Amino acid sequence: MQIGPIWRALMRNKTGAILIALQVAVTMAIMVNAISIIQSRSESMARPSGVDEENIFHIASVGYTEDFDEQSVIEQDLDAIRAMPGVIDAIQTNSVPLSGGGWSMGLQTEPGEDQEGVGVAVYFVDEHALDAYGLSLVAGENFTAADVTWRERTSQEWSATTLLTQAMAESLFPDNWRDALGATVYINGNEPMTVKGIVERMQAAWNGWDGVERVMLVPQHTLFGSTRYVIRTEPGERDRLMPEVEKLLADRNRDRIVRNMQTMTETRERSYRGDSSMIKILTFTIVLLLLITSLGIVGLASFSVSRRTKQIGTRRALGASKASIARYFMTENVLISGVGVVLGAALTIALNMFLVDAFDLDRLDVWLVPAAMLVLLVVGQLAVFGPARRASAVPPAVATRTI
Amino acid sequence: MFNYYLKLGWLSIRANPLLSALMVLAIAIGIGASMTIITVNYAMSGNPIPHKSDQLFYVQLDSWDPNDTDEDSEPPDQVTYTDAMNLIRADKAHRQVASNRSGLVLEPENPDERPFTVDTRNTFADFFAMFDTPFQYGGGWDSSADEGLERVTVLSRELNERVFGGEDSVGRSVRLNGMDFRVVGVMDEWLPMPKFYDVTNGAFDPTEELYIPFNVAIEYELPRNGNTNCWKRPDDGFEGFLNSECVWIQFWAELRDDNEKREYMEFLNAYTDSQKELGRFGRPRDNRLSDVMEWMEAEQVVEDDARVMLGLSLLFLAVCLLNTIGLLLAKFMRKAGVTSVRRALGASRRDVFVQHMIESGLIGLAGGVVGLGLTWLGLQGIHALFGDYVEHLVQLDLAMVAAAIALAIVSALLAGLYPTWQSCRVMPASQLKTQ
Repeated sequence: MQIGPIWRALMRNKTGAILIALQVAVTMAIMVNAISIIQSRSESMARPSGVDEENIFHIASVGYTEDFDEQSVIEQDLDAIRAMPGVIDAIQTNSVPLSGGGWSMGLQTEPGEDQEGVGVAVYFVDEHALDAYGLSLVAGENFTAADVTWRERTSQEWSATTLLTQAMAESLFPDNWRDALGATVYINGNEPMTVKGIVERMQAAWNGWDGVERVMLVPQHTLFGSTRYVIRTEPGERDRLMPEVEKLLADRNRDRIVRNMQTMTETRERSYRGDSSMIKILTFTIVLLLLITSLGIVGLASFSVSRRTKQIGTRRALGASKASIARYFMTENVLISGVGVVLGAALTIALNMFLVDAFDLDRLDVWLVPAAMLVLLVVGQLAVFGPARRASAVPPAVATRTI
Repeated sequence: MFNYYLKLGWLSIRANPLLSALMVLAIAIGIGASMTIITVNYAMSGNPIPHKSDQLFYVQLDSWDPNDTDEDSEPPDQVTYTDAMNLIRADKAHRQVASNRSGLVLEPENPDERPFTVDTRNTFADFFAMFDTPFQYGGGWDSSADEGLERVTVLSRELNERVFGGEDSVGRSVRLNGMDFRVVGVMDEWLPMPKFYDVTNGAFDPTEELYIPFNVAIEYELPRNGNTNCWKRPDDGFEGFLNSECVWIQFWAELRDDNEKREYMEFLNAYTDSQKELGRFGRPRDNRLSDVMEWMEAEQVVEDDARVMLGLSLLFLAVCLLNTIGLLLAKFMRKAGVTSVRRALGASRRDVFVQHMIESGLIGLAGGVVGLGLTWLGLQGIHALFGDYVEHLVQLDLAMVAAAIALAIVSALLAGLYPTWQSCRVMPASQLKTQ
């Protein structure tokens, strides 16, 4: 197939071709950047929270009467829940990974108010936390019951020991995170805590935080009036136990409200709702765009076929095969789309630079650009296939007709 | 003539139903996609209190950590209890309100009903006048109730329905965290969008169900729910927390003109200077007064995701328009024969121009109507994806309907410009020769 004549023919009537090329270019810019956004959202959604999500649920308890004895209620609640068949373990805590609400502090390796601290999410737990969350310890040891103290709502007393996640240990001791084990870290400027163990991974309550894996576990029961229980069940037992635990808590003490019972699965779903919605909208957009661009190609190709009916007939009469007629239009489309995707590559990168700059989005993976070019060329070929086949069906006799 | 062109346009559209349908569809999809996203952005960036948004000022004082020397560090987005009370006592603005978010437990009178938690705002008497809250029964409380620590409350319309079956409950009492509060007013439906007076705790959250005097909440040490940030360790106990450098209160001042605003700024500067002498406010003086829209801007209430989507959807509309231009071009060129006959019979270029623009406009109108339907569908889709959180962001109002139709017609006219120009260039004789 001679590309030269086809290109020259295109140049003589280029408006339609330019429109298609532009359309392909803008489509590509939107598509690639949308895919890049989808990629980075999917990646952050795929990060493990570190806890046994499948088998965990949590429920809030709010005491409200003047004489509500929170400490004994918590102790009895925990005993009762832990004794239920099917429950692996349970803890009382202030927050749950990915739940959106939590507590953060700064930790530092040197004491002093003027030292730069590293932000860390705080979970108040007891010695059952590892079992209740399904966390694994990579160094050191778990709390013992003796480490656990009680903390009033307005108290500022911190416990003497803590467990850190590996990510937090790495932030404090960049050279070797294992140095964190047994080290003294300072909270609130100059209150020392000894790092008793290091947990492989656990996420904070806020999925958008750049330190999402920087977490510390503090062995304190909280007396904040409002609290949360985290319950881990044996596989398959969660859904059976949820209503039972809710009823047990509601019946055991009527001076409090139990509410917001949620599985970790739901908590994750809610946490990433914006991201998963964005992914769905962008995917839909890409499909729609490809569809519209294909329809545009079909429309203009059909138009050009019908305009050139006589010319096609003449070529057929002069001996051109059906296949070569079809190939003509297919080649024409490759040229148009080719210009489009080259322009598109530039536009894509420009748009991405703008998005990175203005919205802090991730830079796109370079291989996405050639991949998208290929996809759009193939889509163009598919779209032009129908009109091209119709062109090849034009009978040679048309050449002798006047119209 | 206009009617005649309308008729011609209609005939031309009918003559080529498939191509016309494709064009209408392309415009409709472009309009549907962009208007869906525009509507959400419009709702997010709307002015929640248009008649006085330039008289309400959010107060920021830079009481933050002197060791935190980050160059572009902003003053905190809330104030400490100490500062809030000092500003209230100074009483230098036309109106002033310190408030924070909280949650209380309401025990229904009927002992068989379970108690439930209600979203609460601890605030001052001026809140209701300052933000022009509508009332169904009664009204807000007087400032004497703030000072006298009276246990009074204002209910939302919904809560009044739930607790009192929607009756006029003024004078009756509700039991909150074990204490009786006297109802002084029941609000009517009130849902500023965004919830400008407390964006720290959620710019699109619903308004609170219950309002009580801030001072009462402090007196009885009632729980707090909202965001709290501390840079310095508070002393133990509730008193210690109150005297701490933790920020957890939103402070608004109503200042009626530039003069009042300038005087208030001078007052704030003098105030922070006096606090510096007491050893507080270790950073360079950086007090801020932002009116409602400035504050929405500063807090980036319109989320980045929404802006990115807006940009992408406008590009999407551009693709649809390029598509329409191509299709219109194909259509008008196909009609070149007819056009040249009309030209030969005496139609001026202007006549041809008007005729083709009217046809484009018609296609745009059709695209707009279908696109409006798609916009509605799109908004339902967004609602389904994001849940009730966006319920108030996905409603089409008259302005948006008009905008959609206008956008569609303007887009179609723009798209029609080039093809129409091409049609105008058709020589009267060119197409006649071959026939």
